[in-house]
Amino acid sequence: MNKEISSVSGGQQLFLNRLRRHRIIVRTARILILVVFLILWEVCANTGIIDSFIFSSPSRIALCFWGMVLDRSIFLHMGITLYETIASFLLVTLLSILTAVLLWCSRKLSEILEPYLVVLNSLPKSAMAPLLIVWLGATPTTIIVAGMSVAIFGSIMNLYTSFTTVDQEKIKLIYTLHGTRKHALLKVVLPSSVPAVISNMKVNIGLCLVGVVIGEFLAARNGLGYLIIYSSQVLSCAGILI
Amino acid sequence: MNPMLELKHISYSYHTPDGETKALSDISFSLAPGEFTSVVGPSGCGKSTLLSLIAGLMKAEEGEMFLNGTLLTDNSEKIGYMLQHDHLFEWRTVYRNVLLGAEINKKGSPALGSRALELLKQYGLEQFAHSRPSQLSGGMRQRAALIRTLLLDPDLLLLDEPFSALDYQTRLTVSDDIGQIIRQSGKTALLVTHDLSEAVSLSDRIIVLTKRPASIARIIPVSFALEKDTPLERRNAPEFKNYFNLIWKELNHDE
Repeated sequence: MNKEISSVSGGQQLFLNRLRRHRIIVRTARILILVVFLILWEVCANTGIIDSFIFSSPSRIALCFWGMVLDRSIFLHMGITLYETIASFLLVTLLSILTAVLLWCSRKLSEILEPYLVVLNSLPKSAMAPLLIVWLGATPTTIIVAGMSVAIFGSIMNLYTSFTTVDQEKIKLIYTLHGTRKHALLKVVLPSSVPAVISNMKVNIGLCLVGVVIGEFLAARNGLGYLIIYSSQVLSCAGILI
Repeated sequence: MNPMLELKHISYSYHTPDGETKALSDISFSLAPGEFTSVVGPSGCGKSTLLSLIAGLMKAEEGEMFLNGTLLTDNSEKIGYMLQHDHLFEWRTVYRNVLLGAEINKKGSPALGSRALELLKQYGLEQFAHSRPSQLSGGMRQRAALIRTLLLDPDLLLLDEPFSALDYQTRLTVSDDIGQIIRQSGKTALLVTHDLSEAVSLSDRIIVLTKRPASIARIIPVSFALEKDTPLERRNAPEFKNYFNLIWKELNHDE
């Protein structure tokens, strides 16, 4: 692997150079787009092309953010949202894996429950959040449940699908080695579903954040969602856009 | 000598909501200990079904099977089954793949671990014991799969077209290889294949099945007057062509 530069052939060197140039272009372009966007925004706001009261501007947002950093309120809000998101994310991951395993174990159960899962998944969760407040009160629990409700049903369906699409021949192999359904689950289904579980987790963390912020919109006294609602009530667009 | 495996009037049908398909009808034969027997037949005639029935993965609807004289009712530990594809798990090393059967059967003893290493060494996979299966060639993978089956020490080996996923050249060497491994270990083997020359080069007896629903068309004993009776030697022998043509005619005469 660690060949010296001198041993690299001309063609290989050319290829490496081209690869490096490609990477540099991609990275610069990414940063450039962000910078150009921010500058354009700032300039438009300052020259009055867009209304800076409605659209705010990057410098105002930065100032507002810095003010909250100074009085430490931003850390409190971020911390609480982070805690709620992670709590609901972990619960969703755990519960959906357990449920998917349960569904996999019994084909009857999965066929019975399938329409319910589809309906529950397609419910507008943000509309359910007020109900949750009535049921559970305006507590962090409500918000965590709201976060979970957005992600869990889709998560169960995705995991169950990935469990059932495992190569049937591999399961047959377990039986030919005199294994049982339990062995099929532990030795084949779960290990081969690890990539699916991970990609599922990536989607879930985003969905949980959405759910938690919705919950905070309605039922919280701290957290980023609360901050957004508060800012909009005092007409501080800079605050929302943070 | 008492037969190792005996099938008596086995029948089986597949059921779907649209109706039933008869796959096997009235199959009877027996295997002597140490014998290598092949089953050939038109594609889709139920050859693999036959193996699944013997392995206890499915239940025969009619008929009885005896292994060493006792009635075979369930997935017997005395039977090893080798599938068409190796199905080595990518998330395990070759060594841990080989031990899969032992793990499942709660035989994870150190003695078995060293036996696995010994077999890996014997079949030239020693330096790959801790590699991932993807680093192995097709032939090596199939050998690893055979070790996985042999480690459970079955009396009877069922082989379900174990070479058909390999390219032609690898296939000749691997079938030569595995054929000799099985002969040396003295196991009784039942091979299902659609490759007539493979059947002739490996077997002591060939069972020819008819089209679906499969029944036995003919059982052909195979013997070669060779000093060194290996699959590759057989392919060069003059009798090879005669056996091949005999089976070919048997397969086609009812069409």
